[in-house]
Amino acid sequence: MLDAAFFVRWMTAAAAVLDREADRLTELDSPIGDADHGRNMQRGFAAVVTALEAEPPATPGAVLIAAGRQLISSVGGASGPLYGTLLRRAGKALGEAPQVAAEELRSGLAAGVDAVGQLGGSAPGDATMLDALVPGVTEMSTSFAAAAEAAEQGAQATVPMQARKGRASYLGERSIGHQDPGATSSALLFAALAEVAQ
Amino acid sequence: MSAGTADGTAGGGGAQVGVVLVSHSGPVAESVATMAIGLAGGATTPVAAAGGTPDGGLGTSAELITKAARTVDRGAGVAILVDLGSAVLTVKALIAEGDELPAGSRLVDAPFVEGAVAAVVTAAAGADLAAVTAAAEEAYGYRKE
Repeated sequence: MLDAAFFVRWMTAAAAVLDREADRLTELDSPIGDADHGRNMQRGFAAVVTALEAEPPATPGAVLIAAGRQLISSVGGASGPLYGTLLRRAGKALGEAPQVAAEELRSGLAAGVDAVGQLGGSAPGDATMLDALVPGVTEMSTSFAAAAEAAEQGAQATVPMQARKGRASYLGERSIGHQDPGATSSALLFAALAEVAQ
Repeated sequence: MSAGTADGTAGGGGAQVGVVLVSHSGPVAESVATMAIGLAGGATTPVAAAGGTPDGGLGTSAELITKAARTVDRGAGVAILVDLGSAVLTVKALIAEGDELPAGSRLVDAPFVEGAVAAVVTAAAGADLAAVTAAAEEAYGYRKE
């Protein structure tokens, strides 16, 4: 069973990995976006960690809702409302249980992923974060490690795709050949989850 | 204008609908607000710009949006017009949040500049939120060639 402390460790690990990988995310975002994804995610998750430390929530759901709220209010780019919605919706699905099973986390995140698709009007294959999130969540029923692997492969699979959402979509066919930065940061969230679950 | 009335609908001397303009750029949001008020004959309709990030950069700030919406809220609803990408997604996410924006806040599906002018002119005439929204959305129907 996973308690609130586990979820705080997950968010903290995510902040650390996004901090380490910020330059790579921004590099991926340079040819097809506005070259701010790394910095935005770094800033957003730093704010999440600060908020969680200042007022540690009592339940897993409350951790994700607080994290989502911070992302919406502090990121400044589209990744803020998208990741904010992912975590907040997942947190709401977990309810007020003091501990949750891995399967409950999987189904909570699945609800979050649905909400992201709805908010962005996107589907897998559009070269967005969904291309990592959907396989990641699906593989969570095997293990967190398998989820991280599937999300990473999903992110890499965006390379030959033509972007159909966001600023990259303006590039049309010229967006082909680039790994989507949002799918890449989504894979890092799963990597952080696998890391803290070890 | 009777600030604070809960039933501020069209006609009856109720409160005016507020208008919030959300752009990636502070100067764009400010300028469109000025232009809309000017074209509405210097209307006293509550209009607020929420452009860019709090430090003056390009982007969207949930904090500036919620502040602007509270500033223009007179109890008759708030029409929120947006430009691109994260501006759209942030407002949608704030509305989904439920308690972040004043009751009756609505994301208006309209072209930013033309929609802003239509919304402010209509709100200045005392129309309710549905009429303000409809006027702004109609701006999509005006072809330029």
